[in-house]
Amino acid sequence: MVELVIFVLVGSAAIGGALSVVFAKNPVYAAMGLLGTLFSLGVFYVVNLGHLIAAVQVIVYAGAVLTLFLFVIMMIGVDRVEDTSEPLRFQRQLVIGLAAIMVVTVGALVFGGEFAWVPLSVAGPIPNGTVENIAGIMFTDWLLPFEVTALLLTIGAAGAIALAYYAPGAPEESE
Amino acid sequence: MDLIDFGLIVLRVVATFALLLVVTPLNIWAERKLLADMQNRVGPDRAGPWGILQSFADAFKLFFKEQVMPTKAEKAAFMLAPVFAVVPAFLLFMVVPWGKPITFTVDGVERVLPLQGTDLNVGVLFVLAMSSMAVYAVVLAGWSSGSKYPLLGGVRATAQAISYEAALGLSIVAVVLYSSTAGDSGGGTLSLAGIVERQAGSLETVLPQFGAITQFIPRWNLIPQFVAFVIFVLAAIAETNRAPFDLVEAEQELVGGFHTEYSGSKFLLFFLAEYVNIFSMSALAATLFLGGWNGPTFDSILPGFISAALPTMWLLLKTYVIVFLFIWVRATLPRMRYDQLMTLGWKRLIPGALAWLIVSALVIGIRRFGLPFV
Repeated sequence: MVELVIFVLVGSAAIGGALSVVFAKNPVYAAMGLLGTLFSLGVFYVVNLGHLIAAVQVIVYAGAVLTLFLFVIMMIGVDRVEDTSEPLRFQRQLVIGLAAIMVVTVGALVFGGEFAWVPLSVAGPIPNGTVENIAGIMFTDWLLPFEVTALLLTIGAAGAIALAYYAPGAPEESE
Repeated sequence: MDLIDFGLIVLRVVATFALLLVVTPLNIWAERKLLADMQNRVGPDRAGPWGILQSFADAFKLFFKEQVMPTKAEKAAFMLAPVFAVVPAFLLFMVVPWGKPITFTVDGVERVLPLQGTDLNVGVLFVLAMSSMAVYAVVLAGWSSGSKYPLLGGVRATAQAISYEAALGLSIVAVVLYSSTAGDSGGGTLSLAGIVERQAGSLETVLPQFGAITQFIPRWNLIPQFVAFVIFVLAAIAETNRAPFDLVEAEQELVGGFHTEYSGSKFLLFFLAEYVNIFSMSALAATLFLGGWNGPTFDSILPGFISAALPTMWLLLKTYVIVFLFIWVRATLPRMRYDQLMTLGWKRLIPGALAWLIVSALVIGIRRFGLPFV
């Protein structure tokens, strides 16, 4: 019962946030809407006992990524009038079509009984060890993919810096 | 869960909240008095003995003052920003254990009351999440005021928070890594109560070969993780926007920074959040590095209620050592330039924290598994 109440409350907050990302006139309010959605997702993870994922969600997305978004919005000027002309033709029609397909698919799943409401039932005390479990799997069975991902991220960061700062033939910049 | 368990949960949360509300005005008074002493002034001395009631008088004054809303302000965000400041500040302290768990028996059932808002298994990450949430208040306030100086303060705050959060997080990683070596409770933990437990006892358990000396030294993370402690405190000062890193509200150049346009009770909320954050960060430093509530309780000598209250006193004592450090730094150091702030964050603290993390990991690994290739 509690789970259902939380789902309805937080779910509507998530959808409301997502709608305000699309419809907000001001980019700062759009970013705030995104913050609401990301935070609501974090609450969903907590409800499903994924405490670690919830914490990481809030730190990485709500904390770091969105702060950068806001920083960029403020750097390029919040009050500038936006260019709303659409370079891609039929963009709107395409989006409306895709949205309709998604609504029909989700509706078919929900009303076709494929998407059942399964209340979380844990026998005995609620497991308080998602961190240990994730760490155990990540550093044994999935060690290689984990390390490769880390390497990939480092290469990506280094590549971004190289692309931004390196111009062939240009003299070395000194500070 | 029965009614008593539910009551205990409510009691924990309310008590933690009340603790913050009681200490914060006293902290503001202590800061003003200490700054006055260090600068050869008298400081507040009218309200109550030694002026101790000055903060309460100021709070009441601010509460009853007129609130001014700038004409060009974004109304909704302007109203929301102080709330964004206060909520993470109070939530951050909720996971810090501020006393030894009290065990008592009701109707033959033994119950434990941990003196802590709640013990999360991801407590350390929760602290980082909340401290990264706090920046939204400054950014929103700066932008929504519709004025130049607050906007500049807001933009500065964003860059500063991102830069120093990384160093703060990395210094905590080293502590978490180290506390996994405190063998008796098995493995590492991200729970703050667990980290406190792993600092109980003396250093003799870690270094038995020097028992004559080490039995008198507490097993605090401060000693093996001193570098992490220094990085943590520096990053915490920057994260709470305190001098010498208070470019966000630099009076001489930005009037008051992000809160220039705020008045009355909305300003009061920002002020409250800032001092709650200072206390929480100090309590966190005491918990992570100074052994938390661990300390002698003299169970056999003193009456029970005193030795039950002593751990809380130890934590408060340690916390106030760090709070004093915060105030001392503010009274001593001039404000840094913005490029110096960024240089310190990105070129000194983050590489330093990473290097220290690698050194800690190597030492822990060698102590546990021996040298490789031997």
